[in-house]
Amino acid sequence: MSANTAVAEKYRNNFLKEIEEQVEMGDWVKMCMQCGVCSGSCPTNFQSAWEHPPQELFMMIRAGKREEVLTSSSMWNCTSCYNCIVRCPRKLPITHIMHGIAEYAHRLGMAPKMQPTRFFSGLFWKNCTHTGRVNELKLSMGLYFKDGFVQGIKNGMAMQSVALGLVKAKRLNVMELFGGHKCKDQKGVHAMLKKAYEIERGRKTAKIAG
Amino acid sequence: MADIKVAAYICKGCGLGERLDTDALVKIAQKDGKVPLAKSHEFLCNADGVAMIRNDIANEGVTHVMIGACSRRAKTEAFFFPENAVARANLREGVIWIRPDTDEARETTQEMAEDYIRMGCAEVKAMTAPGGNPNTGTSKTLLVVGGGVTGMTTAIEASKTGYPVVLVEKTGALGGWAAKLYKRVPVHEPYKSPADTGVADLVSQVLADSNIKLYLNATIAKTDGAPGRFVVEVATESGATHTEDIGAIVQASGFTLYDMNKLPELGGGKSANVVDQAGLEALAIAAAAGDGVIRRPSDGAPVKSVVFVQCAGQRDTSGQHLSYCSGFCCNASIKQAMYFKDANPSVDTTIIYTDLRTPGNGEDFYRSAQEKGVIFTKGKVAEVVPNGNTSTVKFHDLILDDKDAAEVDVDLVVLATGQVANSGINIELPPVVTEADTVEIKPISILNLTYRQGKDVPQLKQGFTDSHFICFPYETRRTGIYTAGPVRRPMDIAQAREDATGAALKAIQALENAELGRAAHPRSGDLSFPKVRLEGCTQCKRCTVECPFGAIDEDEKRFPVFNESRCRRCGTCMGACPVRVISFENYSVNSVGAQIKAVDIPDEFSEKPRILILACENDAYPALDMAGMSRNEYSAFVRIIPIRCLGSVNTIWITDALNAGYDGVMLMGCKSGDEYQCHFVKGSELGRVRMSKIDDTLKTLNLESERVRDLEVAITDIERVPEMINKYAAELVAVGPSPFKGF
Repeated sequence: MSANTAVAEKYRNNFLKEIEEQVEMGDWVKMCMQCGVCSGSCPTNFQSAWEHPPQELFMMIRAGKREEVLTSSSMWNCTSCYNCIVRCPRKLPITHIMHGIAEYAHRLGMAPKMQPTRFFSGLFWKNCTHTGRVNELKLSMGLYFKDGFVQGIKNGMAMQSVALGLVKAKRLNVMELFGGHKCKDQKGVHAMLKKAYEIERGRKTAKIAG
Repeated sequence: MADIKVAAYICKGCGLGERLDTDALVKIAQKDGKVPLAKSHEFLCNADGVAMIRNDIANEGVTHVMIGACSRRAKTEAFFFPENAVARANLREGVIWIRPDTDEARETTQEMAEDYIRMGCAEVKAMTAPGGNPNTGTSKTLLVVGGGVTGMTTAIEASKTGYPVVLVEKTGALGGWAAKLYKRVPVHEPYKSPADTGVADLVSQVLADSNIKLYLNATIAKTDGAPGRFVVEVATESGATHTEDIGAIVQASGFTLYDMNKLPELGGGKSANVVDQAGLEALAIAAAAGDGVIRRPSDGAPVKSVVFVQCAGQRDTSGQHLSYCSGFCCNASIKQAMYFKDANPSVDTTIIYTDLRTPGNGEDFYRSAQEKGVIFTKGKVAEVVPNGNTSTVKFHDLILDDKDAAEVDVDLVVLATGQVANSGINIELPPVVTEADTVEIKPISILNLTYRQGKDVPQLKQGFTDSHFICFPYETRRTGIYTAGPVRRPMDIAQAREDATGAALKAIQALENAELGRAAHPRSGDLSFPKVRLEGCTQCKRCTVECPFGAIDEDEKRFPVFNESRCRRCGTCMGACPVRVISFENYSVNSVGAQIKAVDIPDEFSEKPRILILACENDAYPALDMAGMSRNEYSAFVRIIPIRCLGSVNTIWITDALNAGYDGVMLMGCKSGDEYQCHFVKGSELGRVRMSKIDDTLKTLNLESERVRDLEVAITDIERVPEMINKYAAELVAVGPSPFKGF
């Protein structure tokens, strides 16, 4: 039984309770009074990036729409501008709740796989934890080739002049593609992260187990 | 009337002396006003000026005083001569403050002042000092009808101020609706949990109070008389009646919940597991008496999920149910959801609302409910389908726009139906209630008044009793009878208690005024009252039908009987009377007519039109005064006469004015209709109905219909009124001068 179905089984229809217990800051969701100030304040909403604005997500949680919420790309679109937190009359930490739900959906494996924010977050984390330093060349190339080889070449060609400019200004070193420089104690960083993973995994497993 | 001596006093203060030729005004008073004693004074309202007037009254035999100074609304304490007839010519707010201080304007400004002096002198001669209503009563006992929270609070508050109270309750116990509640919405910090109703405490206070005489299982068989001298027959269960002498009445007959059986689509009456808010309170009380678990009525199983349906049969746009919001039910449902959550947090409680309205400190209470895990869903319930021991609630989720949303396996559904006023008979409906009527009319009278206009107090809409909702909320259209609590408008306990206290004080004020023969609001303290010359009366009944306060009954010969203590002194009877036999000592067809005739009308070649403005003293006249204070200028061709109410305008005034050569007449009264602002409730409406027929008069005089203009004026129209005056003056120039000038 996967982590996802195990939780669904436990909560049956009470998705709100699941969010309260599993999601960081999730216990705030019940306090929303549906005024819609968050939705109106969200800068991403101007580009219709949100399938469901925060207020609507909260209502969906209360209505038990588990699948729709957790597979939604909405909370991934949050730019952490904090407008909603500043303006919420009920003082809900909306930005944090959005990140909490996104993280939970990711943990359950329900988050949309190729959602750019989620993809980039994963890429960035892998990139920086590998050597202990961010390798900018590899990071941007990873992002270019997100949607396949052909699209990657196209993206690269489009950014050609910028890249050449950076090389000329000695802001970009092509040799970084081969290994690249590391932090002093790469092994130490890995060991530290391993321990951190261990602690977090233990905590979350305990939470799911209730 | 024989020995009247009129004196005119012209003030030179506040710039009057500089802007006006006051010596000329004194001469006008003597010559045109035919006043034997006319004086001017540097500063009339100071101690010296007032002493001068007092001295003349004491030593010169002055009986009638005309003061040409500021508005009659200013300096009322200084110019207070209760033994004398007093008229005021408004030279300050009405003349110099609304005219520009220029050499060109000086002539017309002076003319305006001179006319006001002529008008003041003419008016004061047509007046006598009011002597007060002789037909007074001395009863200081307060009758409270209804023994609920409102009634008990009224009784306790009145008793605390030292007035004896008779409290009549229809049922066998005090407490009313609140006694059926398990708990109430909190009214103290921190507004987080339901609180004790406090009814037991109120009941014990009433029972312990020797000043409160209590009738249980009793109704009012008959109410006769007027404030200060009501005679009330209380019918008790045994069939015996007790007669009580009463000074004033507070009707606190409360409300009935809207019948949920009229809501079958919401499951009302179809399942024992669909209850209204009263039903849930009963379940909660039963639970509290047992193990604390609220049980499903159908089989006694503990309730695990409950849905509250807000606005059930309320805010209805189809015309079938209540069109209004009762205002208390959102807080009540929140409270009831807490009954479940406080006992067992695992019970699912959902409140389906369209707009959550939580007045008072309800916002904190609402937040507390959210913290306790009550789910709030914005939606409109379409249907409740009972199925065995559970129900399905189908609703339109308004946030997610999901038309097929549903709550399934719901153990208990609570319908938040609204409050329907127990206001007795709607006296304005024909005796047979038509079936199309949406609001249930209780056919049983509450007060059984012997008044000519009907057995109960008049209603405004939806069965709630009529009052002046902005200025005098506890008043009804029956003087000395006050309504408080949900019979007046939907409300909760906290509001009802506030209402009760207010009504108790107003009722005390009314019976004290009644004893002194003085009017209640809005002419509080007025000692004048309508006098009728019965030998001229044609028994047309217009006054008895039109009186907005039901003050006038009819005797066996169908002559009007004026119950002066019930009268508010609006003068609607005076305006209605076709033979003009009704008048007040200081306000009559003659006192206004004399002013109209006193104005000097220049001939048609002078290009100085004259416009008569009859301005309601409650809103329009203060607005005009304030326009003066703000120095908002208006035409020098208007002559303004304050009137008590548009309802008091007798059409003879308009005919007289037009015959005398006025170019136009403006009537300024308060807004009428359902959203009325008239201080006499129906006065402006009745006045307008009368004025709508003025076209016939104009036709017989061969005059244009533009010559009479009816305006709705509110007290805030400080800038608008001068604009309207100037616009009308310009329009009249186009119409041309009146053909009646110079006759």
